[in-house]
Amino acid sequence: MYQYDHYDRQVIKERVDQYRNQTQRFLAGEISEAEFLPLRLQNGLYVQRLAPMLRVAVPYGLYNTAQMRKLAAITRDYDKGYIHVSTRQNFQLNWPRLEDVPDILDELASVDMHAVQTSGNCIRNTTTDQYAGVAVDEIEDPRPWCELIRQWSTFHPEFALLPRKFKIAVCATEEDRAAFKFHDIGVELIHNDAGETAFNIHVGGGLGRTPVISQLIKPNLAWPHLITYLEAVLRVYNQLGRRDNKYKARIKILVKAMGAEAFAARVDQEWQFIKDNDNTLNIEAVDRVKAFFIPHDYQSVDDQVSNERLQSQRLESTAFNRWLDKNVQPHKQPGYAIVNLALKPTGIAPGDISDYQMEAIADLADRFSGGLLRNTHHQNIVLADVKKDDLFELWQCCESLAIATPNLGYLSDPICCPGGDYCALANAKSIPIAEAVQRQFDDLDYLYDLGPIDLNISGCMNACGHHHVGHIGILGVDKKGKEFYQISLGGNMSREASIGKILGPSFSSEEIPEVIQKILDVYVNKRTDEEPFIDTYRRLGIAPFKEYVYAG
Amino acid sequence: MLDNAALLIKDQQLSDNHWQLIDKEQVIDLSSVADSDHIILPFAHWQENQPMVLGKANIGLWLDSDESAEPLASVCHDVPLIAINFPVFSDGRGYSYARTLRDHFAYRGEIRAIGDVLPDQMYFYQRCGFNSFLLRSDVNPETAINCLNDFSLSYQAGSDQRTPIFHQR
Repeated sequence: MYQYDHYDRQVIKERVDQYRNQTQRFLAGEISEAEFLPLRLQNGLYVQRLAPMLRVAVPYGLYNTAQMRKLAAITRDYDKGYIHVSTRQNFQLNWPRLEDVPDILDELASVDMHAVQTSGNCIRNTTTDQYAGVAVDEIEDPRPWCELIRQWSTFHPEFALLPRKFKIAVCATEEDRAAFKFHDIGVELIHNDAGETAFNIHVGGGLGRTPVISQLIKPNLAWPHLITYLEAVLRVYNQLGRRDNKYKARIKILVKAMGAEAFAARVDQEWQFIKDNDNTLNIEAVDRVKAFFIPHDYQSVDDQVSNERLQSQRLESTAFNRWLDKNVQPHKQPGYAIVNLALKPTGIAPGDISDYQMEAIADLADRFSGGLLRNTHHQNIVLADVKKDDLFELWQCCESLAIATPNLGYLSDPICCPGGDYCALANAKSIPIAEAVQRQFDDLDYLYDLGPIDLNISGCMNACGHHHVGHIGILGVDKKGKEFYQISLGGNMSREASIGKILGPSFSSEEIPEVIQKILDVYVNKRTDEEPFIDTYRRLGIAPFKEYVYAG
Repeated sequence: MLDNAALLIKDQQLSDNHWQLIDKEQVIDLSSVADSDHIILPFAHWQENQPMVLGKANIGLWLDSDESAEPLASVCHDVPLIAINFPVFSDGRGYSYARTLRDHFAYRGEIRAIGDVLPDQMYFYQRCGFNSFLLRSDVNPETAINCLNDFSLSYQAGSDQRTPIFHQR
């Protein structure tokens, strides 16, 4: 992974000093609440329903075991002994004290971590595929480009007070695991006709109140120009994006209003001025960053022998067999596999793990996966470089830590925001909804028969639970002070991106499990052999689901 | 609205303010402006009287947050001071206007931040090309000057002379 040098450390140290001074001046009454707001937000600090929430940045989801252990210690020393994996591959602390945050940032800095720009109307953490560097279908490792974007966007002087938050994702694979079409900018890595790295730049996607799929505005951008082109997009947005209504302030609204073509022309006009300036990338800068993402030190393993051993281990244990099928993914290196640690056991808020689990997971990563970890936007954790010969032993360890539920990608593995239990913005709770669904659908054989279903749950229109792009989406709404839930069907996060359609009038929380059951009954009755839920929905449309769910 | 009693930081120092800001509503007879007076006209007012005011060393202009710097491409070099207003500090359009003046048009005169200008934004203003700042009179000038130097290094090129870290490595 990327290693800080003295430049990076200096910048982060100065940031901690700056924020300590700002916090002191705020507590002394020299900075008003309104003036302090963007300062604390751009250091990851929200003030939530019951306590502040601190969002720690995990650039493109990748971190090491020293960082994980430090985070575990922080949850013990400053919080309540657990942490939350967010849908943007970051970590969230739920109970820090505002006064303690400078000290927490200092502790984070000691392991080269920070909370920079994890909130506020600025450029947020750049995200990518959780399997980057090891995926079978990858064109090229996207992480060096993510890192270059991270550096450019960190404390960018011009874009600290944008009309609204701004999210960039990079996709470098056949199957899209970064949901890049639902980002303000989706950077699609390609190899051009000459075999050189280039980018298709998609702009104006997003979820929230108005879900939009992004549009391609710049095909085949040569790699040296990545940063200057992004800067041109941001400069146009900063000047022309709406500031009169925060629900119409994202770039997607501007791109729609101008039309993608006119927007692209305006960006090009801006870009001509800055195209070859000092921000233009050169091969030395790119190679320097690429050197940090060299492949893991793989041992030469006889893949066939490993596979035969796994076959016999499958026969020994049904549970292992299931886990191997569902939570383990193919790896580009023979003899190796990608393992997903499942953070959605029933009864625990999706994506939450305790300090004890964090330390144990760090031990597992050191033992089995080169000391590196990744957070996924599905709120699970990935060990990306596990030898197939170690899988059985790793599985046994995961079982004892309650992180081996073999449900990855199934109905009981929902994406779920913290919702009304924590978040001040939420209209309704989301964690109890996830739990109710998990309790109702706890029969693994039934879940496997249903096949992969993305269930995404958000407690409000801000859509942190990505409800628009769940095959089944649940959105918490407030009706005269009571919590209700609106269901949508047919959303999709992958390359065949789509936005879910609302089923009809909303339901109370008690009704949700039964409603989901009815939706699944329609699917099971109408599906053809081996047809996944999303395909059945696309073939039939929403009508049969609607009819059955709302029939007397 | 526009506070003429405010504190001026210019070129990293507490300075005396010789320039008087003129409100959009204020009516002013330009023929009565003495050479010793220094005034900053609202852009629309300046534009209407461009033949008379262009090239005058004692007449500047100010842009509001919804007035881009684009129309100044060919004329800015003959304006001694361009102020950019921040009606609220969280409206970040002015940062891009300053960069347009410095980077696109190579403007070398004074760019002054006016309006809701806060010490904690000054590092960013400066990197975008502002070199003077009109702060609320209750701001501690020492705090404000310290804020200009919050960071000694920058990852990206700006309108100041800093070289991005990646070129220094």
